[in-house]
Amino acid sequence: MKLRRLLGFNLLTAVVLGVAGYYVGWWLGHQVKGPSLDYFGDTGQNDVALFVAYFTGVVGFLVGLGFANYPVQRMLGRPPSLREKETEGIGRYFGLCTDHKVVGIQYLIGIGAFVFIGGLNAMLIRFELLRPTHLAWNGNNYLTLVGLHGTMMMGMMTSGILGPFANYFVPLMIGARRMAFPRIEALTFWLLMAAGTILMTALAFGGFPTGWTGYAPLNEQANMGMDAYIAFFALVGLSMTLLGLNMLATVITMRAPGMTWGRLPIFVWSTVATSILMLLAAPVLISTLFMLALDRTAQTGFFNAQAGGSPYLYENLFWIFGHPEVYILALPGMGILLEILPVFARKPLWGYRLAVTGMLGIMVLSFLVWQHHLFVSGINADLRPFYMLSTELISLPTGFIFVCALGTLWAGRIRLTVPMLFALAWIFNFLVGGLSGVFLSDVPSDVTTHGSFFSMAHFHYTIMGGLIFSFFAAVYYWVPKMTGFEIDERLGKIHFWTMFVAFNSTFGPLLVIGFLGMPRRVVTYAGYLQGANDWVSVSAFVLGASMLLFIGNLVWSQVFARVPAAANPWGSKSIEFQLPSPVPVHDFDRIPTFGSDPYPYGGDESGAAPAPRPIITPARQTR
Amino acid sequence: MSSSHARRIAALTVIGTAIVLPLVVFVLGPHMPPGKSSQVATSQVTDNTVLLAVMTPFTVFILVYLGYALRVFRQPRGERELVDGPPLRGHMPSQVAWLASTTVAVLFLAIFGTTELLADNGAGGGGGPDPVAKPGGRVLPVQVIGQQWEFTYRYPTYGGVETAQLVIPVGREIAFHVTSLDAVHSFWAYELGVKADANPGVDNVAYVKAKHTGTFHVRCAELCGLWHGYMFDTGRVVDAATFRSWIAARRTQFAPVAKYLPKYAPSYAPDPQYRAG
Repeated sequence: MKLRRLLGFNLLTAVVLGVAGYYVGWWLGHQVKGPSLDYFGDTGQNDVALFVAYFTGVVGFLVGLGFANYPVQRMLGRPPSLREKETEGIGRYFGLCTDHKVVGIQYLIGIGAFVFIGGLNAMLIRFELLRPTHLAWNGNNYLTLVGLHGTMMMGMMTSGILGPFANYFVPLMIGARRMAFPRIEALTFWLLMAAGTILMTALAFGGFPTGWTGYAPLNEQANMGMDAYIAFFALVGLSMTLLGLNMLATVITMRAPGMTWGRLPIFVWSTVATSILMLLAAPVLISTLFMLALDRTAQTGFFNAQAGGSPYLYENLFWIFGHPEVYILALPGMGILLEILPVFARKPLWGYRLAVTGMLGIMVLSFLVWQHHLFVSGINADLRPFYMLSTELISLPTGFIFVCALGTLWAGRIRLTVPMLFALAWIFNFLVGGLSGVFLSDVPSDVTTHGSFFSMAHFHYTIMGGLIFSFFAAVYYWVPKMTGFEIDERLGKIHFWTMFVAFNSTFGPLLVIGFLGMPRRVVTYAGYLQGANDWVSVSAFVLGASMLLFIGNLVWSQVFARVPAAANPWGSKSIEFQLPSPVPVHDFDRIPTFGSDPYPYGGDESGAAPAPRPIITPARQTR
Repeated sequence: MSSSHARRIAALTVIGTAIVLPLVVFVLGPHMPPGKSSQVATSQVTDNTVLLAVMTPFTVFILVYLGYALRVFRQPRGERELVDGPPLRGHMPSQVAWLASTTVAVLFLAIFGTTELLADNGAGGGGGPDPVAKPGGRVLPVQVIGQQWEFTYRYPTYGGVETAQLVIPVGREIAFHVTSLDAVHSFWAYELGVKADANPGVDNVAYVKAKHTGTFHVRCAELCGLWHGYMFDTGRVVDAATFRSWIAARRTQFAPVAKYLPKYAPSYAPDPQYRAG
């Protein structure tokens, strides 16, 4: 019986078919011959074979999961199987499942695992930097670690909040039973898992030396590990595009009666803004990487200066994607912050329209600033004042988010629960991140800080201090709702304080080290910086240990202690907390209707009268 | 009641700013990077100090507010059931005040940054082949050639001699012409406050005028491959007479190999690409 379950369309079949597809593609690729392909022949590298292998491997993986079943059965005129709608059992977490709640949990575990690997790379980087000269890794391994850390984090965390939490909660929050395209929703997740695995295979092909930005022409000199980077980021871009499309379609078309645009929870607004960015920016990345893949295989010369191309072209294209990308990372965190503050201040969100304006303003402006990454590159130098202005203008909508957060705290009744602590830490961290960003936006200051540890510390303050802290806020806030089991609060507080202190003790000094003249991504540094670097490394190890503490807490609470979570442990007035924990498979028996804004703390928008709550009839528990 | 909170937060912000602002400008400011070894570096120090000063009131306000909120706006100790706070959904005057003050600060920063950029010849950053802001008078061109993984330097006004050491005369306006033969590098002369990317086939110009003699650190600031971490150098600023004798000595030293060098050009045909780590 058990054995019977292992056969069929599931993760096991997917891995088998994925590996088989990989080797078939590898063989097929080697059959392709041509003069331009022999260009690098003397190095024994065959990029065509590797690209074909990655492609067929991913196709095999998806077929094994069962993504081909529906279209094939339709084409054969048979009624499609509804197996993926299977409602019971742990097995549905290991295959194609179209339940948005299952996909949310799959995302949480899957992305969590890859981000953990990315974090381990950071530990290895900081280990090397304990000493100013060579310590443990040679130049190539060090750069590969840097590249794997950056690429994994920037790729995986694009869906770090939208994947687990928006997939799970956006349908609930707008009163829908599912996403607009459930099979595409599942596809976005499994594409990411295939992508993460492919990136890890870079290690088997000599790694890649370019960091997450993959600048030309270094990316064309690089070993076959670079192909893993290209395949990874293209798949991530595909997943992002589909995720954004799906989210937008869901929010536009599937809102329940009464859920007007002015009543959308602010987290849903941040999802909308992020989805638009994903939909418009990620295709640029995919096409850039396609050009790069052609350069590496068919010997075109898009980015090759010797062949008449230009590395500037790559830098431009990459940052046209790359700057919206960092707001794809930042915006969901702002949504989480403004979603959580009202709950634990017992106040409505202050300045709802201002917050929405802020998010949409960031979304629009983020497309107009990309050349601030190229201030000293010599490209379009006359336009530097414009990009300086547009970059500094982004601090206006970002300021809206701050003032809304502060206004929500005003005259509130603040409870310092673990989610609230993480949300408050966002304010502090993002403040430091934003202020350090001002130095990078100002051209004369940027001359010193560009490409230094200062800019590295700056974006860790905004991405780690913003995104990861709000990710943890969301984990502590929502995971009991998702799994039905509480997370230990005392261990959570210890986790918060070690993480917050260690985070600032890591990246605060890095701002100073950057000011003192240490460039990014170097394996050696000036001797007089050793004391500061050792301090940073030790702090980074403590930061890593705080993550282990979190994982221990999560596993202990969810697997061993299993204290059932109350339906509404936080006293939240958001709709998902009016449902039982965990949320029943069919969410609601009847689609709810909404009669007020989502934050009726102390009365709804019309006055002090108790607010009419959404009318919900939760589905009966099935387990 | 709420206006007394506002008054206290305002007072604390004003007092805090009054204490922190002079400290930032007069104590922290002079220590801002990259020091005062050159004109553009000095201008960057000024810039950094002004940025700090503009940010200070906003930072103090947010931190004061956060601290005050966490102390005062708390759920009373021992209160078991949840009591909602007042249903405040916005306050137009404070939103307008916030918008106005941040807009003024941002526009000031953008205008100030632009004037600094133009007034001080690009303030040390690479301004492309033909920068908008150029220094007047005579300029000494020095070509910086990045290649995997070292910088070499050519002096076109001294017969195009190429050396592995960077030596510049004090008090002379220097134009660094930065270019690359392979990957993208970035020429970062930290103490001089100069950074310019080295792109293959591109002449990227940055101006600087050293204020006193001494040494400065040169590092590559753009990831350029395997030995990027080892691509550093020490430059020297010397007086005019030392420079003249140094460059004359180099010309004699390298005279036998001069005929093998390519003719001096703003940029060179990039090397063919190899698979190299």
